[in-house]
Parts: sequence; structure tokens; C-alpha cells
Amino acid sequence: MKDPTPRGRPLATGEKGVIVYGILSVLLVLLVVQLWLLTATTNAWLGGDDSVVLPAAVASLVCLGLNVGLLFHIFRLE
Amino acid sequence: MTEAESPRTPDGRPFRDQPRWRRDFPIDVAEDAYVARRDFAKYVVLVSGAFATGQVSMLLRSALARRAPAPPRLRIASVVDVPVGGAIAFRYPADGDPCLLIRRREGEFLAYGSECTHLMCAVLPEVAKGRLRCPCHQGYFDLSTGRPIAGPPRRALPTVTLDVRDGEIYATGVRLESQ
Repeated sequence: MKDPTPRGRPLATGEKGVIVYGILSVLLVLLVVQLWLLTATTNAWLGGDDSVVLPAAVASLVCLGLNVGLLFHIFRLE
Repeated sequence: MTEAESPRTPDGRPFRDQPRWRRDFPIDVAEDAYVARRDFAKYVVLVSGAFATGQVSMLLRSALARRAPAPPRLRIASVVDVPVGGAIAFRYPADGDPCLLIRRREGEFLAYGSECTHLMCAVLPEVAKGRLRCPCHQGYFDLSTGRPIAGPPRRALPTVTLDVRDGEIYATGVRLESQ
């Protein structure tokens, strides 16, 4: 596994905390995007417009992939 | 425990100046915040997975609906059963789908799903005013198109396509707004 610190220095708890805050901010933004996608797609789908369902599902899965990747990055800080 | 090793405290004062209970049960605030945020991140990703699952389930249901057979042709009533300016209720295409057949003028029949697209209350025809009204939250739909014209509903009522033949009225399908 690649060391997240360039010089191999272990991160202090405070530094890890800052990184987690940054990652958490990105996670929350992506979550809001997913929520918007879900509500907009549901509204269109219930109204009979299913043309947006596939692109929205792909976009939501991409957001999920990014979120999972960022979560793994948090665990790599341990 | 030396000063350098002592945990960071919530108020920033040295560890030796902290109350006795805190010295007995020392908590490193930065470490505690780090663990809490890390666990919160896990739950955020869990919710993200739930949202993605919802999107995919919509995609699957959409694909299944496309494969479903077309609704059957169903006799609703005879022309003489529906007075001009009146309406009758029927169910189409399934028993759980209440609809309204409306005779606006002589020879003009309209049919819509009768569940409001806001919160599924039954809509009432107001033929003289050219609209359908949902009494629950005062939503209104245009009688000619089924589109919402006032109130909370944002989506049109499903339109039931009709075929009037030999004095009988048949339902032949259901059309949603965008189709």
C-alpha cells in the first residue's frame, strides 16, 4: 500500500483530522448531488419520462464510486 | 505523564489544571473528533449507497415496465350511461387504478386516472368550470388535458385513451404526460 505521507512521516491526529474534514466536505457535496438526482429523477419518472433514468443512475453510481474511494482513503490514513 | 504526552483538552488549559474527573479519564479531543468524523463519513457513504440503490431500482422497474404487455381493451360503459356534463368512475387497467370517464359535450368523452398526482386523493370533476379539483389540498387540473393548473400537483393526471364504437365506450390504453 502506498504511504499517504511523502516522506513516510506518520500523520499527527490533528493532521488526520484536517484531512478527514476535507474529505467529509467532498462526501457531503456528492451526497447532496445524489439526493438532487434521486428527487429529480423520481419526479420525472412518476410523470412518465423515463429517458433520464439511465443517465441519472450512471451519475449516481459514479458519485457512489467516488464516495467509496474517498472512504478508503480515510482508512488508508490509519 | 509528561506535558508533551498529555492529551489535548477541550478548553486548551494544561492537563494538570484540568478537573480531577478529567485527569482520571483523559480524552484526547483531537483523537475523539477524528474518530467521530471518520465514523460519520462511513454513514455518509452508506446513505450514498442507499441513494444509488434507489436510482438503480428505478432503472430496473423502468426496464420491466417497458417489457410489460399493453393494457387490454376494456368496455367501460354505453354512451347513454353517461349524461352530458356528467362522469362515471371505472378502474383501468388494474383494479387498483381508479379512473373517471367524463362526457364534456355531446360526443366528447375524456378519461383520466382519478388519483391526484400530489398525494393520491380522489379528484372530482367540475365539468362546467372545465377542471378537475382535488379537495385535499385544492389542486386543480385542466379538464381538456389533465395538466395541473393550480395548487400543489406538478404532474398531469394519466390520460386513458378511449375508443367510442357502436354506442359503446372502450378504454384502450393509458398515456402519461411525456408520452
